[in-house]
Amino acid sequence: MAAALGSEAAVEIKDLKKSFDGKDYVLNGIDLEIPKGRITVIIGFSGTGKSVLLKHILGLLKPTSGEIRVLGREIGGMGVEELTRFRQQYGMLFQYAALFDDMSAVDNVVFPIREHRRDLTKEQMRGIAREKLKQSGLDEKHFDKLPAELSGGMRKRVGLARALALDPDLMIYDEPTTGLDPVLTEMVDNLIVSTHNLKQGTTSVVVSHDLYAAFRIGHYIAMLNNGKVLLAGTPQDFLDSEIELVRKFVAKGVHKA
Amino acid sequence: MKAMTYGELRGKVNHAIDGAAVFAWKRLEGVILATGEVMTFAIYSVRAFFARPRRFDELLNHMEFIGNKSVFIIALSGLFTGAALSYQIYLGFKLVNATSLVGPTVALGITRELGPVLTGLIVAARAGGAMAARLGTMRVSEQIDALEVMGVEPRQYLVSPRIVASVLTMPLLTGIFDFVAMFGSWLLCVQVLEMDEAAFFDRTQLWLQPSHINEGLFKAAVFGLFFSAVCTHRGFTTKGGAAGVGNSTNRGVVLSMVLIIVSDFFLTSLINFFYAVTDPTGGRG
Ligand SMILES: Nc1ncnc2c1ncn2[C@@H]1O[C@H](COP(=O)(O)OP(=O)(O)O)[C@@H](O)[C@H]1O
Ligand SMILES: [Mg+2]
Repeated sequence: MAAALGSEAAVEIKDLKKSFDGKDYVLNGIDLEIPKGRITVIIGFSGTGKSVLLKHILGLLKPTSGEIRVLGREIGGMGVEELTRFRQQYGMLFQYAALFDDMSAVDNVVFPIREHRRDLTKEQMRGIAREKLKQSGLDEKHFDKLPAELSGGMRKRVGLARALALDPDLMIYDEPTTGLDPVLTEMVDNLIVSTHNLKQGTTSVVVSHDLYAAFRIGHYIAMLNNGKVLLAGTPQDFLDSEIELVRKFVAKGVHKA
Repeated sequence: MKAMTYGELRGKVNHAIDGAAVFAWKRLEGVILATGEVMTFAIYSVRAFFARPRRFDELLNHMEFIGNKSVFIIALSGLFTGAALSYQIYLGFKLVNATSLVGPTVALGITRELGPVLTGLIVAARAGGAMAARLGTMRVSEQIDALEVMGVEPRQYLVSPRIVASVLTMPLLTGIFDFVAMFGSWLLCVQVLEMDEAAFFDRTQLWLQPSHINEGLFKAAVFGLFFSAVCTHRGFTTKGGAAGVGNSTNRGVVLSMVLIIVSDFFLTSLINFFYAVTDPTGGRG
């Protein structure tokens, strides 16, 4: 599937199943390849398990069965320490940014650098943090404010800067634009694209329930439904699809566009 | 109504007993499983404290936080506990003309029991509650997930320093409680009741052994382990938004307090057993 884009896979998921209670399967046999160096958008109605799928890619949840390979490594069998080290290659922007609320904006960005780059001086760490915050478009006068003193959009920018602090190979966004107004949505979408283009070979995964966004920024789209991948392909594949549910989704998304 | 035969009655009674046994076992099983979970959590966290990267900065921060949050209220409680206890014991001992023993009796009661237990209860409510609330908030706002995704082991970063800080700080705070409580006792006995000051100190020194104080400080460290393990575990496993945080805090504190009071009895027995075995001649009161 991913081969359609002429690229190897950054994430390979084979027959992934997940049940929290042993009865109902939230994920019920997911097969998906996420192409390297591209932006992949995962779409689906609310509650179909998009976040649960992300948490498996991140290794925050263990699969009930199935395999997940990320950047060539099987992560299901990794121990705590190995996984902790492996995650330095990830960057994640949470829906509500998940900033450390007792640290200033710049300290939030310094945090992952301090944890993993002990060779740097304090000045160098702050330098990198300030640069990442500028890249994410946060005005300098907000650098020393606490998250509670920032607006939702600013918090997203800080969260993005923090995710980018260690120059990740895999950037993950969980519903980055849900609940934002149209202006802010466009800003965040543009930020995702410019962030993606910042470093050669970065793979971006964006979860959304908004097909319009998927068409705007995605090279590759996967639609989840009932714990399975309903369709995965290029935006053109989605426009051409005969699948009833996909057509419905497309009709809504295109109408909005 | 037809009378039951003996067999039918036996059957009914057996059935009821079975039901009660199953119910009791289910409850007990729940308690055992929960205890095991908290113990595993605590053991992992304490071991993780000695892993890299070291968290000494965090440890000092939390020790300062625990101390700061509780030291004033502990001193205040100590003062009044010492005075009130002295007065009650004075009233009793006066009946048998043994008021010279008020000092040592209070000293033993404070250093071995009331000091560690009351300090434990206060610190569990103040610092333990704050721990559960803080970790609960971090859990529901996905800050703990964010740590994990950033390649930082959240238990090692958040839980380990809090547990170790509690174990180290509790004996210090208990020492303060003991000292201030004895000061309160002195105030009441010598200044208010006009007992002989020299006798008060002589008697107390005669009866109070260093091992009594150590016993209390040891208990304090154990209580520190208990409340911090329970409260951090509650906070760390919080579910269900802001309401969940309140719930975790509440239950964490209540459970810690019950645990301190109940375990105190068993710790006392254990310590006395230990001394009885190691020092059968009984150099202690
Ligand atoms: N930790 C969990 N425990 C139990 N059920 C969960 C958990 N996380 C998610 N779920 C359930 O899995 C389903 C999918 O959730 P989610 O992945 O968050 O949906 P979405 O596609 O909107 O992101 C929901 O029904 C949710 O209740
Ligand atoms: Mg979601």
